[in-house]
Amino acid sequence: MEEFFQQLTNGLAVGGIYALIALGYTMVYGVLKLINFAHGDLFTIGSYLGLTLLTSLALTDRLGPGVGILVLALMVMGLVALVGGLLERVAYRPLRHSPRLSAVVSALGASIFFSNTLMLIYGARFQVYPQNILPKTAIDLFGLYIPLVRVLILGTSVVMMVGLYTFIQRTKIGTAIRAAAIDQDAARLMGIDVNRVILMVFLIGPALGGAAGLMVGLHYGQINFTMGWVYGLKAFTAAILGGIGNIPGAMVGGILLGVIEALGAAYLSIAWKDAIAFGVLIFILIVRPTGLLGERVAEKV
Amino acid sequence: MMEKRVLIYGGIAALLAVSPLFLNAYWTDVLNSIGLYAALGLSLNLIVGHAGLFNLGHAAFYAVGAYTAAILNTTWHIPILPLMPLCGVTAGLFALIIARPIIHLRGDYLCIVTIGVGEIVRIALINNVFGITGGANGIFGIARPNLFGWVIRKPHEFFYLIWAFVAVTVFFFHRLENSRFGRALNYLREDETAAEGSGIDTAHYKLMAFVLGAAWAGMVGNLYAAKMSIIAPESFSFWESVVMFTLIILGGSGSIPGVLLGAFLIVGLPEAFRGFTNARMLVFGAAMIAMMIFRTGGILPARPRRYTLPERNLAEESA
Repeated sequence: MEEFFQQLTNGLAVGGIYALIALGYTMVYGVLKLINFAHGDLFTIGSYLGLTLLTSLALTDRLGPGVGILVLALMVMGLVALVGGLLERVAYRPLRHSPRLSAVVSALGASIFFSNTLMLIYGARFQVYPQNILPKTAIDLFGLYIPLVRVLILGTSVVMMVGLYTFIQRTKIGTAIRAAAIDQDAARLMGIDVNRVILMVFLIGPALGGAAGLMVGLHYGQINFTMGWVYGLKAFTAAILGGIGNIPGAMVGGILLGVIEALGAAYLSIAWKDAIAFGVLIFILIVRPTGLLGERVAEKV
Repeated sequence: MMEKRVLIYGGIAALLAVSPLFLNAYWTDVLNSIGLYAALGLSLNLIVGHAGLFNLGHAAFYAVGAYTAAILNTTWHIPILPLMPLCGVTAGLFALIIARPIIHLRGDYLCIVTIGVGEIVRIALINNVFGITGGANGIFGIARPNLFGWVIRKPHEFFYLIWAFVAVTVFFFHRLENSRFGRALNYLREDETAAEGSGIDTAHYKLMAFVLGAAWAGMVGNLYAAKMSIIAPESFSFWESVVMFTLIILGGSGSIPGVLLGAFLIVGLPEAFRGFTNARMLVFGAAMIAMMIFRTGGILPARPRRYTLPERNLAEESA
């Protein structure tokens, strides 16, 4: 039973990370109907930027671990958002009216470009985060010792997701994003600047992805320039699992996938861990292509 | 105009045919890789270029073919080249089982599922599924191919084997392109609803294109196993699928000369620029984006079909 709860909390923490990345996929897909293959690499950029800023600015020494990490996270999110905005401007906007295949290829190209840029700058080897940043304490929850980091990761991702959800539901820009997701032309007729909405989506999504990258760095300690690929694919699976284009769906899907994967790895086979996630993806697409919370009926063409 | 093109292609083919005479073993081997990718690209071109189905997991079918050949060859010592049709059948059957429930999915969903299938196959191979794939080390000791008593061993010998296969592939897909089947695929790629309305069984044609393309990739897998004599799961990673996909898009999707050119550029150029090993992939990624923005159809885009009207009709009209 102890083992089960450990795996469960581990799955919840990883699921929180998947959910944060999945939000980027789902928002872009919602508005542009494009799978942003480079999103996983934006996540990796986040974790590398986090490492560089952490070691060069020594924020945690100057400001203490709490405030230091917070400032660091804000900087990483801002910078990755900038990269995301640039990506949209350079690689996707000129292709807005081209066939879908072109945008997919452009996205793949961007993904290759980013991961190889990282490799050129940092080298192909694993990079290691400093180990003494977060306290190694475990909290006692009804006799169950759970590492504090897991709780923090899950807590932070839930706060961010709720924040995003409120933003999308309550603010004017959020409403514009929802409108553009439903019908771009109609939104344009209502006076919404769709280009701005799309840019907005490409700022918010990568910012969340960058934050997830930083979390992975702090939690696991090791980062590599290719890791965005696997995380990205799993986050996309999570987005489909919850219903693509649907923001609460991405959260539910991410956390569910994290838990399924952690329990599957513990009780079925660790060697098949990645295959479990893809198996879930295929199963969902065959049985329920709209995902768990997907309201939109998938176009059956 | 027509004759000029035939002349150019003929010239290139002739130059290619004599190239092993003045190239060293290394460059002949590069040409062999290009040949394998050209054949893979042509098989994927049927799925991506003609039927318009996004398939980013083609390496899975290539792997099924290669492993079929390797397992049968090492276990029962069956000569490898006669196994080629069987490799096609296993890869095709596998594609049929995989694609049957998912073929109706919309473009990018299909793309993601094929990526998932590709990854699952690779993980299954690493985990030594059924205890026959040799795990992460793969299978080694595949016997050299033997063509009518002539053992193929050296790079230039493989060159003629591989490029003969490419020639057959070009001929086959050229004929297929201009057949009723090829035209039906192009129709459903352009407008599925209209195709359905004109009596084309779209689900059937899509499935057939997928299975046929996969089966052909399985046969290339056989050649690959024969050439390498060692195969391992890492040779069939997602990256391989991306290479096949991008060489089609860069060269010209739906165009045979385009796919061949794509294979030369994507497999050949990185070899030529080995000096800049690190930066070449970066340039490659940037080139993919630029290509999509400035020349969407690829370098040698597919030419629109031309049909000459029967002369008799013209005469009747003017009379």
